[in-house]
Amino acid sequence: MKMSGKKSNLMVQNAVTYGLVIVFWAFIQILNLTGNMTSLLNGLLVPICTYVILAISLNLTVGILGELSLGHAGFMCVGAFSGAFFTNAMAGIIPSVGVRFALALVVGAIVAAVFGILIGIPVLRLKGDYLAIVTLAFGEIIKNLINVFYVGIDSRGIHFSMKDTTSLNLEEGGEVIIKGAQGITGTPKASTFLIGILLILLTLFIVLNLINSRTGRAIMAIRDNRIAAESVGINITKYKLLAFAVSASMAGVAGVLYAHNLSSLAATTKNFGYNMSITILVFVVLGGIGNIRGSMIAAVVLTALPELLRGLNNYRMLIYAIVLIVMMLFNSAPKSLEMRARVKEYFKNRRNNTVRKEAA
Amino acid sequence: MSFLSYLINGISLGSVYAIIALGYTMVYGIAKMLNFAHGDIIMVGGFAAFTVISTMGGNPIVGVLTAVVVCTVLGVVIERVAYKPLRNASPLAVLITAIGVSYLLQNIALLIFGSNPRQFTSVINIPPLKLADGQLSISSVTIVTIVTCIIIMIGLTTFINKTKIGQAMLAVSEDKGAATLMGIDVNRTIAVTFAIGSALAAIAGVLLCSAYPSLTPYTGSMPGIKAFVAAVFGGIGSIPGALIGGIILGVIENLSKAYISSQLADAIVFSVLIIVLLVRPTGILGKQIHEKV
Repeated sequence: MKMSGKKSNLMVQNAVTYGLVIVFWAFIQILNLTGNMTSLLNGLLVPICTYVILAISLNLTVGILGELSLGHAGFMCVGAFSGAFFTNAMAGIIPSVGVRFALALVVGAIVAAVFGILIGIPVLRLKGDYLAIVTLAFGEIIKNLINVFYVGIDSRGIHFSMKDTTSLNLEEGGEVIIKGAQGITGTPKASTFLIGILLILLTLFIVLNLINSRTGRAIMAIRDNRIAAESVGINITKYKLLAFAVSASMAGVAGVLYAHNLSSLAATTKNFGYNMSITILVFVVLGGIGNIRGSMIAAVVLTALPELLRGLNNYRMLIYAIVLIVMMLFNSAPKSLEMRARVKEYFKNRRNNTVRKEAA
Repeated sequence: MSFLSYLINGISLGSVYAIIALGYTMVYGIAKMLNFAHGDIIMVGGFAAFTVISTMGGNPIVGVLTAVVVCTVLGVVIERVAYKPLRNASPLAVLITAIGVSYLLQNIALLIFGSNPRQFTSVINIPPLKLADGQLSISSVTIVTIVTCIIIMIGLTTFINKTKIGQAMLAVSEDKGAATLMGIDVNRTIAVTFAIGSALAAIAGVLLCSAYPSLTPYTGSMPGIKAFVAAVFGGIGSIPGALIGGIILGVIENLSKAYISSQLADAIVFSVLIIVLLVRPTGILGKQIHEKV
């Protein structure tokens, strides 16, 4: 009886989460229909979807797996470039942009997941803070590597070079797709708000089902007590790797969505650097570690707010830093938790007292 | 000859990494936390020395001393305000706070000094040493860096083994609870560790900026991460390990810059980290800790 009550409660919670996304979509549609849509907000819609997916993805790593990834921008970068490369390279073979975009999403997810596994294998076996530092390094390396990478395609196949476009030795009619620091240009702008919302719903579906499955419970058991989890026969490395790969692939999907919203894509510090990874971390921390819905809301609010309040732009990163510190001190410091409990108790007592007084 | 000069420059760069890695390794050994803000303390040290020497026209020695004092105070304040309240919280919470502090320092520096690189005037004005009929020229910064690193290593080892507070640091890193029972003030010991680590970071900052004279708010983050790699390489928690790890890493970085590709040097350094974690996660001199349930 108790079990079924828990289950229905869970379904309500999940329905609320999905509902919020749909309400957000409906809200934007109403703005569109009533003519209240500004061009500023319109330009923000796809980035908001990208950030929401990234926030969900990072919350899977930080909140559910209990590890810290500082290279989510790196996975996003890998996804963005592999997805955009696919779309451009297949232009002659698959004429439909929609089909190419859909396949590019799959390609981006797979490539990012492969990188996630490659990084995860050496690191996730260990305990401690190694994942944070390795993913941070990965994010920086991938950005540097892409900036010296040249890839072209002609009838003989794909050519790589790390020097310049001429050393690719392309045949006549061959096309250079990734041009080093210039990145990829001419990607069709296939990302729309609707596709973004559908992708958010898909990632939510995957993450929420994962959390409430046997696998998800195993992952959370590892997070809460590694030794106890190991002693009941949970394969620690396997589950950690699984959760991390899923998280990385979602960041890859977000990257593909991001790449198809821009006509020219280059790996710079601004879009795929350390700052980006921290921004995503701020969404997760502000929304609540392990709280998927909260991090979604934080992503939307923190993306829309600085754009609407232009004056704050110089201080945005400073504010993010303070948010990180204050939220952690407020939520995790033993003293602060004790004080919060006391304040709660105080208000509870006062309410009880007033009720009693009124009764008397 | 050119190989020898790359090697010596590598050892010099590695000495800077070793000095930074000491801060990571000591704090990790004692507080069991990864102090992400350590790299940015280097940057603060650089800016403090820069302000005194270039903006106010002060003596280089005064500049270095100011940097050391500023960083020591900063390190203790950071520990007191941000890390101490989280002493018994989850490691993830401490790590995220440390990232927040690192980010805060970067952005405050960005607001004060802007993002344009500043030209740092070297604090060392001795002509370079010429060997083998002038074929091999070693800059004075290189020599001073290596000598400083050796002095710091000897000093620190003596400090830890011979003084009371040094012994207390060893005891706290071994077992916090038992150290408390022996009458050691754990909070004070941790504060001293942060103070020493930050003072070393200031020296590393001045040496780093003297060798590579462009100073921005992000100057410290990359050397900071590489020094962490050095600390892991040598065995985190071990002081001689930090020296060995730092120097090997500096040599690898400089040689790959010279012979492979300057753009790939960072990637090579980080692949070293991944290989070390795969083959020997405790590092060269790290102790294998058996987990008791």
